[in-house]
Amino acid sequence: MSKLIDLRMGLFLAALFIVTVLVPIASTLDEGSAVAIPSYLIPLMGKYLCYAILAVALDLCWGYAGILSLGHGAFFALGGYAIGMHLMREIGARGVYANPDLPDFMVFLGWDELPWFWYGFDWFPFAAVMALLVPGALAFVFGWFAFRSRVSGVYLSIITQALTFALLLAFFRNEMGFGGNNGLTDFRDVLGFSLSAPSTRIALFVLTALALAACLVIAKAITVSKAGKVLVAVRDAESRTRFMGYRVENYSVFVFTVSAMMAGLAGALYVPQVGIINPGEFAPANSIEIVVWVALGGRGTLVGAAIGALVVVAVESWLTANFPDLWLFALGALFIVVVLWMPNGILGLVEKLRFRRAKAPAKTEAPA
Amino acid sequence: MLLRPYLRLLALCLAMLTPLAASAQTLDELVARLPDGSYDDRAAVVAEIAATGDPRALAVLEALLEGELEQRNSDGRIVIVGGTRRAPTGTDALTGEELGELGRRATERIRVNNSLRRTIRTAMGVMTLRDPDPARRLAAAEAALRSPAVEQLDALDAAMQAEELDYIREAQTLAHAATILASDADTETKIEAVGVIAGAPALTVQSTLNAYRAAEDPALAEAVADAIDAAERRQALWGQAQNLWFGLSLGSVLLLAAIGLAITFGVMGVINLAHGELVMLGAYTTFVVQETIRTHAPEYFGWSLAIAVPLAFLFVGAVGVAIERGIVRHLYGRPLETLLATWGVSLILQQAVRSVFGPTNREVGTPDWMSGAFQLGEMTVTWPRVAIVVFSLTVFFGLLLTMRYSAMGLQMRAVTQNRAMAANLGIRTGRVDALTFGLGAGIAGLAGVALSQIDNVSPNLGQGYIIDSFLVVVFGGVGNLWGTLAAAMSLGVANKFLEPWAGAVLGKILILIFIILFIQKRPRGLFPQRGRAAEG
Repeated sequence: MSKLIDLRMGLFLAALFIVTVLVPIASTLDEGSAVAIPSYLIPLMGKYLCYAILAVALDLCWGYAGILSLGHGAFFALGGYAIGMHLMREIGARGVYANPDLPDFMVFLGWDELPWFWYGFDWFPFAAVMALLVPGALAFVFGWFAFRSRVSGVYLSIITQALTFALLLAFFRNEMGFGGNNGLTDFRDVLGFSLSAPSTRIALFVLTALALAACLVIAKAITVSKAGKVLVAVRDAESRTRFMGYRVENYSVFVFTVSAMMAGLAGALYVPQVGIINPGEFAPANSIEIVVWVALGGRGTLVGAAIGALVVVAVESWLTANFPDLWLFALGALFIVVVLWMPNGILGLVEKLRFRRAKAPAKTEAPA
Repeated sequence: MLLRPYLRLLALCLAMLTPLAASAQTLDELVARLPDGSYDDRAAVVAEIAATGDPRALAVLEALLEGELEQRNSDGRIVIVGGTRRAPTGTDALTGEELGELGRRATERIRVNNSLRRTIRTAMGVMTLRDPDPARRLAAAEAALRSPAVEQLDALDAAMQAEELDYIREAQTLAHAATILASDADTETKIEAVGVIAGAPALTVQSTLNAYRAAEDPALAEAVADAIDAAERRQALWGQAQNLWFGLSLGSVLLLAAIGLAITFGVMGVINLAHGELVMLGAYTTFVVQETIRTHAPEYFGWSLAIAVPLAFLFVGAVGVAIERGIVRHLYGRPLETLLATWGVSLILQQAVRSVFGPTNREVGTPDWMSGAFQLGEMTVTWPRVAIVVFSLTVFFGLLLTMRYSAMGLQMRAVTQNRAMAANLGIRTGRVDALTFGLGAGIAGLAGVALSQIDNVSPNLGQGYIIDSFLVVVFGGVGNLWGTLAAAMSLGVANKFLEPWAGAVLGKILILIFIILFIQKRPRGLFPQRGRAAEG
């Protein structure tokens, strides 16, 4: 096994690859077939994979550098808004008001011209770059100030939460020019392909799966590099690392920015598949939920984070459909159980079981 | 003599004071004369009608003003016309006798023009100036102030002398002064009147005096300008005072929400994200107490808050102790894990309350003694705000004294400063931890009682306060109660001073950005702990 792709990563990527190949095939089967996947499920699965990317992004900075961001939902939403703006422009004159120059909500608000910050979003590559750059730039500036003044631990968590809360309030304002309360929606097509066509849905799903694989590999590459070792050192003993001569803040800013860009990518893939982006995505509760995905899957394992996201979101879909009252109880209990009894998450549990089987006769299990 | 034109009106006023029986016939005659002559003649009759002081006159004048007073062609009777245009019905204007359907062309309207309408309004005002009902007297005086007419001067004079209630006499005096300004009295009298009006609330001063800014007499114009300027300065000053007061009351709300956190987070170092939900539980305790009182003993409703306060403290405090013993104690020294676990607790509490009480807002009433407001200079102060400020300061100082002087406070400080040493000295640290957390939670419950008075009591109540509370504690400096007080008050005041300038939402965003930047600059807050405790 290479350093980059170890056993866990290899297994996960293989499973992801099989799903990515099988799902499109299964979706083209006719409805009667037992394994056929209805077309409406494809965006749902794509959405789950977006959450997995988001979890990997958070695991990169929380699991490896000890930066518990409670504002990753903000980066996700910003990436989503960037793509959402492009999709809005692509509606063109097909909106309710049939205005070729302005999105519907601006016509509704009585605006005469496009605000300057909407310029360029007609062009897809620009929007795609912005989906990464805007979250990245925000994370860079925010991280630069925070880490340079050695804000860390809980304080950092609280101000990242305040950041996403401030953005939530800001995006709710109609004057911001991002559709206010309703956000951006009613998208028609992307790059000329209709968003409701099965083929577009499959393409987006495959793209998301590829993005997840790429993010996993990139994150792994960062963590196994020398910089990754320094990051782990920062996580475990920040002052000591500083005394050894490392510029801790540079490493932290770097990993925080990369992580935010990944979150932005997840948001950018999320919006065309879900068909809406609104300020609710900035809600602090969303950001905290990401943390439980990572914690459940196993902090500092990357693959575990992705698995955690998929498991939690799948359980959430099932519970909210069948027992809507139970979901928050379950989620709350999950937080408590994971923290108290599963500090290493699902992957930690798996490792422990493997370890126990291998060493069963010796019974030399280390205390947790 | 200048007052000569008023002599006639003075006579009318005296007529107003004569007994009703004597004027009854006069009213009949006067009403019968209404349709005749020009508009000016009619105005004179209207003034005389008002002067009769007859209670029936008001209805006649009102009908005249509305254009519903008509004369029947057949017998010249004056009727008030109602019903539809196609089938008008009539009632006798004076006796109130129902006359049934009138026929479409059977009556002729008594016409009014705008100047006559003004006269009628003034006449009606004059009549109500002496109404037995104080509220109507006050309304009449205020109406007279809004539209001063020379005709009412003597009526106002007479009313002022007869008036026994101070606040109504004040309103009448103002109206009197405004009327003098509108009359052709000499400059000296008018300047005196300006002086009287200058003492009124700023808005009244502006609305009354603005018309005389361009008075021909330079001395009068100057006096008016001075009075308006003074009123505007006063108003600006009171506006600032109002902002300050609103800020302090918002600060008190923040303080209440944050103060429990100042214990759990500030003193114990536990990140309790369920704090907002503990506040919510306090609010629901109030709701349950009020419901119980409503169904079993409604006469004690005024006591509901007084009963809810200790109950909320004990109940929420017990929940806090349970959270500490069950979860938090396993996580000391692992702040990020504590954060996650308490978030889980908050979700469970939210959903539990939602399951029990439903997701919608519940109605929590305000006892009578707390509603209402009083006037302080140019600003209105509502009692609930006063109550919240007083309550939150009481809780704050109560907590401060507990921490400083009680045995339990001493043990709490000992355990947080040096756990091992405290344990060696025989303090049961586990018990102290549980009680400290319970104290913080209990105070959150108290906050809930107060917030139930100003906010919607719903399962989401707590979420709105959790971020604010953390920012207040962090801004003030962790582990420093005085810092929490200073932070809550300064954030509250800053918010209220930003609001008129930036709007509520933008103001809040600016405050958040400010705190984020502030924490970058001074990560330990406004008043950081120094020395060994800070190393934590």
